[in-house]
This record gives sequence, C-alpha cells and structure tokens, in this order.
Amino acid sequence: MNGEDVGLFGILIAVLGGAVRVGTPFLFVSLGECLTEKSGRINLGLEGNLVMGAMAGYGISYLSGSPWLGVLVAGLCGIGFGFIHAMLCQQKGVNDIAVGIALMIFGTGLAFFIGKPFIQPVAPRLPSIGFGDWSDSPVVRAALEINVLFLLGLLLAPAMWWFFRNARWGLIVRTVGESADAALAMGININRVRMLSTMAGGFLAGVGGSFLSLYYPGSWNEGLSSGQGLMAVALVIFARWNPLNCLYASLLFGGAAALGPALQSVGITWGYYLFNAAPYILTLAIMIATSSSRRRVAGMPGELVSR
Amino acid sequence: MIRIFESLFVPIAALLISLLLFAVFVSIAGVNPLEVFYSIYRGAFGSWFSWQNTLVRAAPLMLTALCTALAARIGLIVIGNEGAMVVGGLCAALVGIVLNGLAPFFVITSMVVAGIISGGLWIGIVGALKYYRGVNETISSLLLNYIAIAVLNFLVVGPLRDPATLNKPSSYPIGEANMLGMIGDSSIHWGLIFGLMTCLLMWFLMKRTVFGFSVDITGGNVRAAQISGLPVGRLILTTCFLGGAAAGLAGMLEIAAVQGRANTSLNAGYGYAGILVAFLARHNPLAIIPVAILLGGIRASSGLLQRSHELPDATALVLQGIIFVVILASEAFYGRIKWFKTKEATT
Repeated sequence: MNGEDVGLFGILIAVLGGAVRVGTPFLFVSLGECLTEKSGRINLGLEGNLVMGAMAGYGISYLSGSPWLGVLVAGLCGIGFGFIHAMLCQQKGVNDIAVGIALMIFGTGLAFFIGKPFIQPVAPRLPSIGFGDWSDSPVVRAALEINVLFLLGLLLAPAMWWFFRNARWGLIVRTVGESADAALAMGININRVRMLSTMAGGFLAGVGGSFLSLYYPGSWNEGLSSGQGLMAVALVIFARWNPLNCLYASLLFGGAAALGPALQSVGITWGYYLFNAAPYILTLAIMIATSSSRRRVAGMPGELVSR
Repeated sequence: MIRIFESLFVPIAALLISLLLFAVFVSIAGVNPLEVFYSIYRGAFGSWFSWQNTLVRAAPLMLTALCTALAARIGLIVIGNEGAMVVGGLCAALVGIVLNGLAPFFVITSMVVAGIISGGLWIGIVGALKYYRGVNETISSLLLNYIAIAVLNFLVVGPLRDPATLNKPSSYPIGEANMLGMIGDSSIHWGLIFGLMTCLLMWFLMKRTVFGFSVDITGGNVRAAQISGLPVGRLILTTCFLGGAAAGLAGMLEIAAVQGRANTSLNAGYGYAGILVAFLARHNPLAIIPVAILLGGIRASSGLLQRSHELPDATALVLQGIIFVVILASEAFYGRIKWFKTKEATT
C-alpha cells in the first residue's frame, strides 16, 4: 500500500474501516453486558468469556474446518461461564464484581491452558463481504470488507432494543433489574431471570471473542484480547443501558482503537503506544462526564444503584 | 473466639476444595495430580533455593494486595494494582535515572518517595473520582491500568529508551550503586522487608487506630459514618492513597531490586495476582503475609511444572482462578455452618 499519497483521506477511511473491524467484538460483548445489567447484575467476567470464546472458536474451527461451528461453540462456552457466574452470585453474601474478576482470571487461565496447541496452526476464518469492490483504491476496499458477524450484530442491536421495549420477556428482565421487590411481588423467579440473562449475555461475549480469533486480528494467541470484555462494562454505562446506543458506542470505541494503527499505516509512528490508550482515556472521560455523586445515571437499572 | 475459628476454618476448607478441583482438572489433562502437588511443593517450599524464589515473588504480592485490601475496607473494589505498580516503578526509575551519580542512600530514598507518592496519587484519582463524581471505582481503576501500561510502553520504546537494549526495550539504567542489595548471602532482596513492614504497619493502622476504625465504619455503612460526623471524603482519599502507595512501592522495588531499569517487566501480572491475595486474606493486612507467600510459591513452582510435567505455564493461572472462585463461593458459608452457630456467632 502506498501510504504517502493517501494522506488524510486514507487515515479517515482506515479509522472508519477499523471502527467496524475493531468495534464488532465490542458490540457483541457490550450487548451481552447490557442484557445482564438490565437484569440487575454486573458481570465483570465477560473478559474471561471473551478469551475463552476466542480460543474455543479458533480451536473448533481448526479441528472441524467450519468457522461457524467455532462461533457456536464459543457462544456455548460463554453460556457455561455465564452459568457459573449466575450460580455463584445468587448465593448469599457473594459479591458479583469479585466473582467477575475471579472468572476473568479463571477463564483466561483455562483458555491459555487448553489453547496452547492452537497457537501455531492456521484455522479457517469467517467469511466477509467486500462492499468496496467497486473501488480501485485498495484502502477503500480493505476498509469496506465487512464481516458477516458484524452484520448480525447490526441486526441484533435493534432487535434487543425492541425486545426490551415491547416483548413480554423483555419487560420481565427490566422489572427484575429495576426493582427485585416488585418482581418478587409479581411472582417472578428473580434468580432464574438473572441466570438466563447472564447466560445469554455470556453467549454474546463468547461470540464476540470468536470474532477476535476468527476474523480480526484473526489468529489465536495469548495477547489477543486487550481488555475488550472489561471495557464493555464502561461502554454499557456510556450507552445508558440502551442496545442501540451500544452499537454507536462500539463503533466509536473501535474507531478510537483504530487510530494508532491508522496513523502508523501512513507513516506516523510517533506516540503509537500513546494512541493505544485512546479508547481507555475516552471511556474514562465519558464516565467522569456522565457520572454524578448526587443522582443516579440516567437509564441505570434500579437494582444496580444501591451499591 | 469461635469467630476466629470460623474465619480460619472456612478459607482452609475452601482451599482444600479448590486443590481437589485442581486435581480433577490436572487428571483430565492426563497428569497424575499427586505428582503435580509434589512438584508445586518442591518448587515452592521444598528447599532453601525454592523458598528464596517464593519469598522474592511474595514481596511485591504483599504490597499490591494492600492496594485492593485497604480500599476494600472502606467499601471500594479497586483493581488498579497493576497500574499503580507500573506508575510507581516508572516514576521511581525516572528519579533514579535523573539523580544517578549522587549518594546512593539519597537516591534510593528519593526513589522510594517517588514510588509511594506517584502510586498513591494514581489510586487517589480513583478515590477522588468516586467521591466527587460518583464514578465506579472498579472500572476507573481498571481503565487507569491500561493507561499506565500504554504510558510505560510509550516511554520505554520512545523518549526514555536506552539504545543499548535491543531485544527488550528498556529505559536507561538507574545505576548499579543505586540498586537495593540482597539480604545477607541469600538471593532475597530487601524488598521482602519492605513488604513485611508495610503489611504490619497497615495492620496496626487499620486494626489499632481511630483512623482504621473510622475506615471500617465507613466501609460498613457510609450513611452511618456521615451521620456520626466522620470525614468520609478525606477517609476515602487517604485510604486510596495508602493502597496506591503500597502498590507504587512494589513497582519501585521491582526497579531498584530486580530490573535496574524500567521495562515491560513492570506489568508482569503482580497487580492482578494481588487482587486474589487481598480477597483470599479477606482484606486483613496481617493475613496478606501468609497468603502472599502461598501465592508466591504457586508462581515460583510454575517453571518446575512446565519442565517436569510438560504442563503449560498457564497452569498456575488456572490454579489461581480455581482458588479465587471457590474462596468467593465460600463467602456464602459464613454464619451458616452449624458448628459455629452459637449465640456469639449469630449476633
């Protein structure tokens, strides 16, 4: 790629393309976290689900030759971890944030342990659709290579938004998250709703992880995740617990994360590592701007307020 | 009395259960668990050599664990240990590089001060954001980890880089004279003494002073603390500062006792393991000492596990994860076991 004559336009295109590529795992994990938090629980362990999903997805794709089977198994791993999280959290006196940290350590450890043999081999990757094939510019074409999984996420976000607004089950999840007492009075089994929400959220996080290993960056190694699963928690706060906002926020985060590599691709290497911090600084700034010590953050499920 | 009994029984039982689960896990991986346990014992506590390895690893764990433990006493879940350690180490290294050539005692003291203050302020930010803006402390401290690591990478690869370091980009050295030596003729550096002293000091502060009592009240019930006129904001900021200072000191020790220059070894995972140590010790600064030695032992034996059983290096991570999960689950059993249900325990 000839970087010099692409210039500013090239950076913009690369950031936009990067936003979609880097933002897709954010999208899935944040939708999963959104679902879990709507039911009144925080799952900080999604990082574990993510890494586990990345490993399982890659391993299964390599062994079976089918990347989609890999995605499915990655999701199933996520369900398993969601089950453990929900199971532990419904015990008396167990802190959900601490359980999340524990599962993060356990999940990454387990993934590194089982995934050791999959670091070398090359697994079949997920297909993508070239929306930019009309263009002669390789930059544009590379940026408009859109993965199918992103398109699924694109559909999922409004679907989940509709689910929370209109579906009966969506209402039940929201009730449990808003006021456990009210839900109890309605005869809803709170623990079961939270367990299902955490498991479904875990599924999405696992799928997000499989995107990392099966599409971009597209291989399995131990440094694959850079905390996407943890940042999803901040992202959901930024998105005010609204799935549609999760979509926009994920793209914004993806763009911020793509800034460093995009600048590097046109020859600006100074401060590459500082630009890596961009998404984290952005998250922190947003949290400082939107939080308040006096009132609760708009859109926050009531059950999350009390801690 | 019976409460002390319970608080010993539950974690030890949890520890045994997690070892059992780990045994099952290793068996599935096709290795004899008894041999693995023997190797862990040998690699961690089997000889004077392995004891030295263990204690060297335990020293930073004691300090990083304090970061989570102190904050937890005031009701905050802070996981910024890694970042505070990196910042503390980085600032200590900067001071060491600049002052290199002056009297070593002066340089080392300045490095200690730099590590403590920078680490303290780093987690102090977390406390301030929580108190003044209501920002979730877990998330903000976590984000600060990533920011600290990015700054470290930037400085070590960029402005601070010693061109002589090729394979592993590092800063200029702080100078041989300014390094902390070893205790006696062992291979344990003085960092262990720093760790032990800090834990004892913090135990005294938290358990035997008015300040510590106020912190516990605030951690138990913020409203009650406010109503009884405690300066909640100042308590939160001070506690966060102390926790960050401990982690910053760990970073300083890593520079001044082990590496001699700043590089990516600063974020070798001592911070994250410190979270586990704090929870295992139930945030008691005194209990952190034995737990840190235990965890240091597990980390020290990791190499031996790889060599003699061909288990991946993540095995130690899996064991830590299992212990962490089981210990948290065991929280549910406090006050529920029949033996301990006396009038004293139920009140």
